[in-house]
Amino acid sequence: MEKLEAGQIKINPFRRWQKKAAPYIFISPFYIAFLIFGAFPIVFALYLSFNTWTGVAGTAIEFVGWENYYYTLTDPMFWDALKTTILIGVYSGVPQHILALFFAFILNLGFVKVKEFWKATIFMPYITSAVAIALVFSVFYSHPNGFLNYIFVLLNNIPGLSSLLSWIGLDPPVNWLANTAWMRPAVSFTVVWMFTGWNTILYLAGMQAISHELYEAARVDGARWPQIFFRITLPCLKPMIQFAVIMTVIGQMQLFDQPLILFGVHGGTGRAGYTIAMFLYQTAFNWNFFGSAASIAYVTFMFILIITLITKRLLRSHEEVD
Amino acid sequence: MAVKNIDIQNLKQKNMKRHMQRKEPEPLVNVKSGVSKFFLYLPLVIWALITLYPFWYMLVLATRGPAEIFRMPPPVWFSKALLSNYEVLLDRLPFWRNLWNSFYIAAMASLLSMFFCSLGGFGFAMYKFKGRNLLFNFMIATLMIPPLLGIVPYFIMMSYFGWVNTPRALYLPGAAGAYGIYLLRQYILSAVPPDLMDAARIDGCTEFAIYYRVVLPIIKPGVGALGLISFIGSWNNFMTALVILKQRVTYTLPVALRSFQGAAQTHYGAIMVGATIAVFPLLIIFAFMSKQIISGLTLGALKG
Repeated sequence: MEKLEAGQIKINPFRRWQKKAAPYIFISPFYIAFLIFGAFPIVFALYLSFNTWTGVAGTAIEFVGWENYYYTLTDPMFWDALKTTILIGVYSGVPQHILALFFAFILNLGFVKVKEFWKATIFMPYITSAVAIALVFSVFYSHPNGFLNYIFVLLNNIPGLSSLLSWIGLDPPVNWLANTAWMRPAVSFTVVWMFTGWNTILYLAGMQAISHELYEAARVDGARWPQIFFRITLPCLKPMIQFAVIMTVIGQMQLFDQPLILFGVHGGTGRAGYTIAMFLYQTAFNWNFFGSAASIAYVTFMFILIITLITKRLLRSHEEVD
Repeated sequence: MAVKNIDIQNLKQKNMKRHMQRKEPEPLVNVKSGVSKFFLYLPLVIWALITLYPFWYMLVLATRGPAEIFRMPPPVWFSKALLSNYEVLLDRLPFWRNLWNSFYIAAMASLLSMFFCSLGGFGFAMYKFKGRNLLFNFMIATLMIPPLLGIVPYFIMMSYFGWVNTPRALYLPGAAGAYGIYLLRQYILSAVPPDLMDAARIDGCTEFAIYYRVVLPIIKPGVGALGLISFIGSWNNFMTALVILKQRVTYTLPVALRSFQGAAQTHYGAIMVGATIAVFPLLIIFAFMSKQIISGLTLGALKG
């Protein structure tokens, strides 16, 4: 009975055809959607970056050659925005990864009870709306009567601490969201808050892949946890660190939500909170310079590529060096 | 058909057993002294408090009147202004409409990606066909394109389609997302034995029926995790929504909350009521499904 059915399958031309075509049909939605919503906008952006256009249907698109790129690359606003974006990236990226490595290491030691609870708690900010949380932080940072200022005013009353605070230039109450010295650290903290958990999970997974024998050997030799961290965990984790840092770089270069909410669309005092993504957004949607905005997008893309390659080189593992 | 059903049951049990048998590895380092333990726990506890505090602060501020929010010492406990804040929120925003928009877009994004990504993942995982590796690598490469690159023409395109202010401009483009297809391909490779395909064909299943009747039931947990991830991503999406949605009645929650902030007298109590409603449903889902959500979100990073 079964054999007969199998024979029928081979004879039936529809069956043969549908078996051949099936995989292509199954995977086609992605390629169709990508052509329309992914590839076309990117190519059109490239075309647009060599033209001027106000985006109003019916108005002429005018070819201007490299003018948009020239405009963007000689615009001090672009360079200020790039500087701000990179500084916020460093201020939030470095602490984020140090904390994540540390937490992952602790969680991986094996003595921590209810590991799932800690993992979930630390990861939670990643799934929350950046806008909603930035709004909470904007109250938290408010001046002069805000939660953070309250804490710092209290700390400032402790004799030893007050001189330490003034040494780092912190004289509470601080206007965190309007004092150019503190705006970038303030927005950076919200980013650290949001992404430390994500990186912790990545590093934890990377650490779990490290061979137990290495730890075993170190333990037999009487190594304590700081030695184990710096001599075994960190070197073995290098490929994962490289990957996680690159993800951070790509994300940070497009930072938009948090600074927009904390400082408004103009980037606050002295535009100290004005990122590239905000510049692009304003150029296109507030000022209607669509060609110029497209050139900003491509220049930013080039910077993302360059910084990614530099990061990759700086954090290469030993195998790659050889 | 009956034979096949038993097969699936067996598979499910095997999967379950595999999960249950996975034990925690031995402690890697003996941290015996209470003092070291204390100093290793301490930063973890502090960071957990820092993580949780904004959520608590949000709840507290949602119950505080405009004058109370900026009073010193700062509020740490609930007050009585929740209802009046809620009234202000409804007065200034079509809030329930905004909430519905967010939900509708996220639900559509989630449903469509569950279908198209499982289908695509199935195609890549269970078939050998010409150009498979090339197509797959191309798909993975598209993940590296920064979304910022296409945002301007995307808006122009949407205005030509007449899709500005419509939900489909936000849920359609990601409906067959590369990440989701990748995720479910991995899941199918690990959960579905290739022999099942031929067995089902002998039973007379068409290729789509194999997907729908045989494979889909097995990969339900993975599809569910992808659905959750898509929902979360869409729910929190801000920049595209800000660009596409121009009318108050079409706003999603993040855009609505942001527009509220722009008003002359920012009423933070009311904003916090809205923010709470934007954040807590996801937190509650996360509390129950954290394992699936975390592994779904990080799998691509870990295998890639």
